[in-house]
Amino acid sequence: MRSSRPPRVIAPNKAPTGITGFDDITGGGLPSGRTTLVLGGPGSGKTILSLQFLVHGALEHNEPGIFVAFEEASSRIVSNAASFGWTLPQLRRKMLFFLDAQPTPDLVQSGTFDLSGMLAALQAQTKTMNAKRIVFDALDIVLALLPDHAARRREIYRLHDWLLTNGLTGIITAKAGGDETTSLSHQPFGFMQFMVDCAVILNHTVVSGVSQRNLRVQKYRGSSFDENESPFLIGSQGIEVAVAHPLGRRTVKLSNERVSSGIDRLDTMLGGGYYRGSSVLITGFPGTAKTTLSGTFAEAACERGERTLFISFDSDASEVVRDLRSVDIRLERYVKNGLLRMVSARAINGSAEIYLSRIKSLAAEHSTRCLVIDPISTWSRSGNDSTANGIAERLTDWAKSLGITLLFTSLLDEMSNQLEGGPSFQVSTIADTWIHLNHLVQAGERNRGLSIIKSRGTAHSNQVRELILSDSGVTLTDTYTAGGEVLMGTLRWEKESAERAANEVTAVASRLKRVRIDAEEAELVVRVKSLQVELEAKKVERALLARTTASHKGEMSRGHSMMRELRGADAAIPARKRTP
Amino acid sequence: MKKRIAFKFRLYVAGGAHNSIQAITNLRAMCNTHLAGEYHIEIVDVFKDPKRALADGVFMTPTLVRLAPAPMLRVVGTLSQTATLLQTLSLDDVAA
Repeated sequence: MRSSRPPRVIAPNKAPTGITGFDDITGGGLPSGRTTLVLGGPGSGKTILSLQFLVHGALEHNEPGIFVAFEEASSRIVSNAASFGWTLPQLRRKMLFFLDAQPTPDLVQSGTFDLSGMLAALQAQTKTMNAKRIVFDALDIVLALLPDHAARRREIYRLHDWLLTNGLTGIITAKAGGDETTSLSHQPFGFMQFMVDCAVILNHTVVSGVSQRNLRVQKYRGSSFDENESPFLIGSQGIEVAVAHPLGRRTVKLSNERVSSGIDRLDTMLGGGYYRGSSVLITGFPGTAKTTLSGTFAEAACERGERTLFISFDSDASEVVRDLRSVDIRLERYVKNGLLRMVSARAINGSAEIYLSRIKSLAAEHSTRCLVIDPISTWSRSGNDSTANGIAERLTDWAKSLGITLLFTSLLDEMSNQLEGGPSFQVSTIADTWIHLNHLVQAGERNRGLSIIKSRGTAHSNQVRELILSDSGVTLTDTYTAGGEVLMGTLRWEKESAERAANEVTAVASRLKRVRIDAEEAELVVRVKSLQVELEAKKVERALLARTTASHKGEMSRGHSMMRELRGADAAIPARKRTP
Repeated sequence: MKKRIAFKFRLYVAGGAHNSIQAITNLRAMCNTHLAGEYHIEIVDVFKDPKRALADGVFMTPTLVRLAPAPMLRVVGTLSQTATLLQTLSLDDVAA
């Protein structure tokens, strides 16, 4: 739904944070010239988020910033930030100012105090460097020194007024744990949430031993925003917020090009192969040759000269290469020439979010065109149940937007569900092509069956085919059906040999028949010839007969007249009766 | 203990803010009571001289800094609790 919105334009009243995904959620960034409250527990990423906001402003928008550190010494913050590749030491000269405002441990309090001293100092600094952005990190530290609620509230008001008066885009961070709606209303920050124009809540929870980070924009005055919790992670570039469908998503260039699955007959079944840039899901129980099909795809891709990334969550990369060699899938040469990169992801530990981020950066490093993930179901292991689906969805979205052909396998739990398409991990809906591999038990044998459950936008075979793995390669057999069942294994072999025998008998019989017909034909030809000769003889006979009759008649009449002349008795006979 | 030490204080205040005025009054009163004639007070208005507050790392007002005798000490607030103040500044024996 969100992807149908028009592309994002930089709103004039927003200060971009440069945080991947966050600007999408907020429709452009934090409210410019207003105050944003960032709440979160310890280690939830408040400082990093704020600092990233300042660094981005300084580098990309020429907006100098001030960082007021109430908790951590600025020197430590700067050295910690070096790991994100932010060039703080250079920026510190003109664009970034750090103010160390940590209360010293030996600080003694006697009576009330306020923050006007600090604000006066900051005002001078703001003017000097023409600062546009400011961060008050861990304001709760200094508020804790104030004697009562009223005093805290007064200082928050003072700070807020000061920010508004100076037109600074401000972030105030404060520690808050647990459910913000219940516990926070009793704290001064609860009141702060009402006062500020934008509030962001960072959550860091551990689910079944796996760390999960979430971010939620609680309020944003005068702007629409994504109200849901979005997972985020602290990666090598700082904070990355995961957004399923970035608002400004580029229209994906669809390709009609087909890429081979590496098995000729499977390509035929699919009407030519997979679409380039589509996502292919292969599901199956353990041992149904999911990895093998991934291997044929990878090999075919490398043969075409396309850079391929193969991520294995199950076994070691070299093991995969060795195992696939047994079915004549030879990947070593491509690993050697750098076309294929095998990655064993067992080493990656942590949330599914981290998997995704690592895969993205690996794919970018390798400039991948074809990506294999075997199996993706690992993601839904303990602690990631709720997030894995969303992440798989983002993975396919991401691959599609880059035109990467993605093939991933998903392991079905044989014990829990024998039904087709009943994995606990519901990725089948997002894949374009879904191939299901199954063990078919028939006549005391277990054979591998392959069927295409869906393939969007292509005509595809409805046939369950037997998948044969042999040392000369992977292939799909011819189909034999008997009594409504596809025959496999020995039954198929029997059927095949029976058919061969029957074919032989038929061939002999027809040869015999042909000889016989030839003979009959020859006989008929001979008969036709003799009859023709006979006919000729008859014709001659008849001609002869006609001639003899005529001459006979002539002789007869000549004889009569001769006799008449000789007798001389019949002189009165008319002349006309005489022959001329 | 006849040889007296010279006390040097610096008080950072925020203009004419109520708590700043209070702090000045309280500090003067304390010094007059306990350190008569042996103290020096410098008052810095952060509104007039914000750069100095920044350089000195003073963010809460009022802030009292004891420059002498060493070590340097900081007290934040209106200085209304005289007993705490004396104890912190190790003046309780003087007061006694």
